[in-house]
Amino acid sequence: MQYKKLTKDDISYFKDICSPERVYTGDQINEDFTHDEMVEYGKYIPDAVVEAADTDEVSAIMKYAYEHNIPVTPRGSGTGLCGGCVPIYGGIVLSLIKMNRILEFDEENLTVTIEPGVLLMDLIKEVSARGMLYPPDPGEKSATLGGNVMTNAGGMRAVKYGVTRDYVMALKVVLSNGEVVRLGGNTTKNSSGYSLKDLMIGSEGTLGVVTEIMLKLIPEPRAVISLLVPFHSLEECIDAVPGIIRSKSVPTAIEFMQKEVIEAAEEYLGKKFPDKSSDAYLLLTFDGASREEVERIYEDVADICLKAGAVDVFISDTEERQESIWGARGVFLEAIKSSTTSIDECDVVVPRNKVAEYVRYVNALEKQYGIRIRTFGHAGDGNLHVYLCKDDLEEGVWKNKCSSIMENLYDKAIALNGQVSGEHGIGHAKIPYLEESIGNTPISLMQGIKQLFDPKLILNPGKVIGIYRKSCSSHFREI
Amino acid sequence: MKILVCIKQVPGTNKVEVDEQTGALKRDGVDSKLNPYDLYAIETALRIREKTGGSVTALTMGPLQAEAVIREAYMMGVDEGFLISDKKFAGADVLATSYTLFMGIKTIGEFDIVVCGKQTTDGDTGQVGPALAEYLGIPHISWVKGIKEVDHNGVVVEQDMTESSMIVRMQWPCLITVDKDIIQPRLPSYRKKLATKNKVVNILTLKDFVDQNANNYGLLGSATKVESIFPPQANKDQIILEGSGEQLTKQLYAILEKERALR
Repeated sequence: MQYKKLTKDDISYFKDICSPERVYTGDQINEDFTHDEMVEYGKYIPDAVVEAADTDEVSAIMKYAYEHNIPVTPRGSGTGLCGGCVPIYGGIVLSLIKMNRILEFDEENLTVTIEPGVLLMDLIKEVSARGMLYPPDPGEKSATLGGNVMTNAGGMRAVKYGVTRDYVMALKVVLSNGEVVRLGGNTTKNSSGYSLKDLMIGSEGTLGVVTEIMLKLIPEPRAVISLLVPFHSLEECIDAVPGIIRSKSVPTAIEFMQKEVIEAAEEYLGKKFPDKSSDAYLLLTFDGASREEVERIYEDVADICLKAGAVDVFISDTEERQESIWGARGVFLEAIKSSTTSIDECDVVVPRNKVAEYVRYVNALEKQYGIRIRTFGHAGDGNLHVYLCKDDLEEGVWKNKCSSIMENLYDKAIALNGQVSGEHGIGHAKIPYLEESIGNTPISLMQGIKQLFDPKLILNPGKVIGIYRKSCSSHFREI
Repeated sequence: MKILVCIKQVPGTNKVEVDEQTGALKRDGVDSKLNPYDLYAIETALRIREKTGGSVTALTMGPLQAEAVIREAYMMGVDEGFLISDKKFAGADVLATSYTLFMGIKTIGEFDIVVCGKQTTDGDTGQVGPALAEYLGIPHISWVKGIKEVDHNGVVVEQDMTESSMIVRMQWPCLITVDKDIIQPRLPSYRKKLATKNKVVNILTLKDFVDQNANNYGLLGSATKVESIFPPQANKDQIILEGSGEQLTKQLYAILEKERALR
C-alpha cells in the first residue's frame, strides 16, 4: 500500500475545510517548508501546505488524510535541528503557526492554556507581564510551544526547573483518524492509568497533533543575577561544575563556553563580549525573591569557583549586563553556522559528572580528524552541543569525516551512559543512532506504540523510529 | 595622571512612580542601579588609566544609599570614591547639580580629565557634564563615541555629530561625556568586591565645601522648577486583521486613511 499523491479533488477538499488562501500548492509553497534549520539533512517538497486555524480543522484534515492514506507532517516555526518537521514522504505539511492564540490565564491555579503556534518569545512576554514565569528556557525563542512540547525541549534553566515535560499539565490532541482527545488535566497529582500525555510529549508529531496546551507557571522570581566565570582552561572550567552542583545553592543555569565560540558570536552580532581574557567560561544564573537573597546564594558558589581555580567571577546584575552576555549566548548556533560553509551537529546528553571527560574526548577528535569542532552547552545538565564545521573541506572528505566523527561521538555518549539527544529530538537525521543506542526491545516497544496510535503510518512518517511502509521508497523524494 | 569619573544611581526600572506633590521620583523601595551610560564612562576612565597610569576617582551625588554605585565602581577597578550627600542638596536641577559637583571636585583636588556618561536614564537632560565643564573652566566634548589617542598632553576623541563625526584634540585638563557603545564595559569583579569590602567611600557634605551658602544648592539653588512629571502614555493598541490578502489591503488602507497617515 502506497501513500496517496494529492489530487485536485483532495486539494479542493482541504480548501473547503480551511479556506482557499490557507492551502498552498506547487509554486505557492515557500521553500522554507522543505527543510528545517538543518538544510544539510535534505530538502523535501510537500504536495500541499495547509495552515489550520483550529482543532476542528485539524480534525477534519486528519480524518480525510486517514481515509485517503495521505501523510501529514505537523509543523511549527521549523526551527528544529534534526529534520523533524520536513515531509520526507510528501503529502501535507500541516502548519500550526496560525493557531497562535493564548486562550486562558488561570492566575489562581497558575496555568496558561495556549494553542500550539504560540511562539516562545510571545509567551514569555505575556507571562512576564502578569508577574509569572514559564520556567523552561530553550534557546530558540522563535520556536513554537507546539514544537517545544513535541521535542520535550530543554533549555538553559533545566538545572533548577527541569524541562518542557515538567510544565505540561494537559494536552488536546487530534489522533491520526481525526478523533480529538484530552490528555492530562489541571491537577497537580495524577495516578490515573498510563500517562498518555507524557507519551505525547517528545513524540515529534508521530503519535498525534497537539492543538491545545495547558502549561504550569510559577511566580516570577524578582531578582536574577548571572555570574560569568573565566577559567584558564576548559578542563578546569568543567571540573568546577560538580562542586557547584553539590553546593546548596542551585543555579538555574550552568552553561559552559569557549573563547572561540564567544569570538564567533561577537563577529556575528557586531558587539563585544564583556570579557575575553580567558579560554573557557562558566555562565551561572541564580534567581530568588530579592537581590539580597540572590547575592547571598551566589557568593557561596563564587567562592567555590575561585577555589576551583577561576581567574575571577564577574557579576551580571542589570538588564544591560545580562543582555551583553546572554545576547551572545543566544546566538552561538547561528554564529557558528555563519562562520563556516556547512555544519553537522549533535546534541548528546551525558551524566553531569561525565561532561569533562566527554569534552576532552571531543577535543581529541578535533585533533585526530583535523576538522574544526565547536562545543558549548549546558554543563549543569550534561547536555552538550557539538558542531562540526566544514570550512573549505572537499564535499566527499567532509561527508566521510562527519560520518566517522558522529559515530565516535554517539558511541562515546552511550559508553558514558548518555543519550542520543538531550533536547533537539531524533527527527529523521538521528534515527540510526537512536536504534543503535537504546537496543532492540525498547525500539520494538516504540514501534508498537506508533502502530497503536497511527496504524496507517500517516503521521509524520519516517521520524523518530524506523518503521516504514513497504514501497514507501518509491515516494521518497529528495530534492 | 588623575582621572575623575562622574556617576549616578538611577531607578532600576522605568516603572517608577512620581510624587504628584513635589514632582520628584519616588525612589523608596525601588531597585536602583548605576546609570547605564556611566558604565561606559567608568570603562573609558579605566582604559585611559591603562594607557597613562595614574588613578581613577569616582564621584557621585545622592542619598546615602548611593554609596552602592561607588562600591560598584570599586568592583570595576576604580581607585577611590566620593559621595556628595546632604539633605540640602536634594531636589537639584542641572544648574544646582553641576554646581554641587564642581564644589565637590574643588574639595577633592585637581584632575586631568573628567569623564561623564552622555546622559542619565532618569533625568535624561544630558546637560550636567557640559555645565560642570563650564564651572570648572575647562574645555569639553560631549557625545564622544571613540577615544583615538591618549598621551601625557591630552586626548583625541571622536564626537558623534549625528550625521557626521568630528575628531577633536583637547589638552588636559578637559571633560568628555561618552556615548554608549564607545567600548564594552567590563563586569564588576567578585575578587575586587572581596578586596574592597572595607574600602572607605568618602562622604562630602555642605560643611566640606568652600561655598557654604545653602541657597546655591538643591531646590533653592535650582533655576528650573518641575511643573509636573509623568510617565509617557504607553500606546499598546493592537488590531488584528483577518482575511485574504486583498481584504487585508483594503482594511489596512481604510485604517491608514482614518488615522490620516496617508498623504
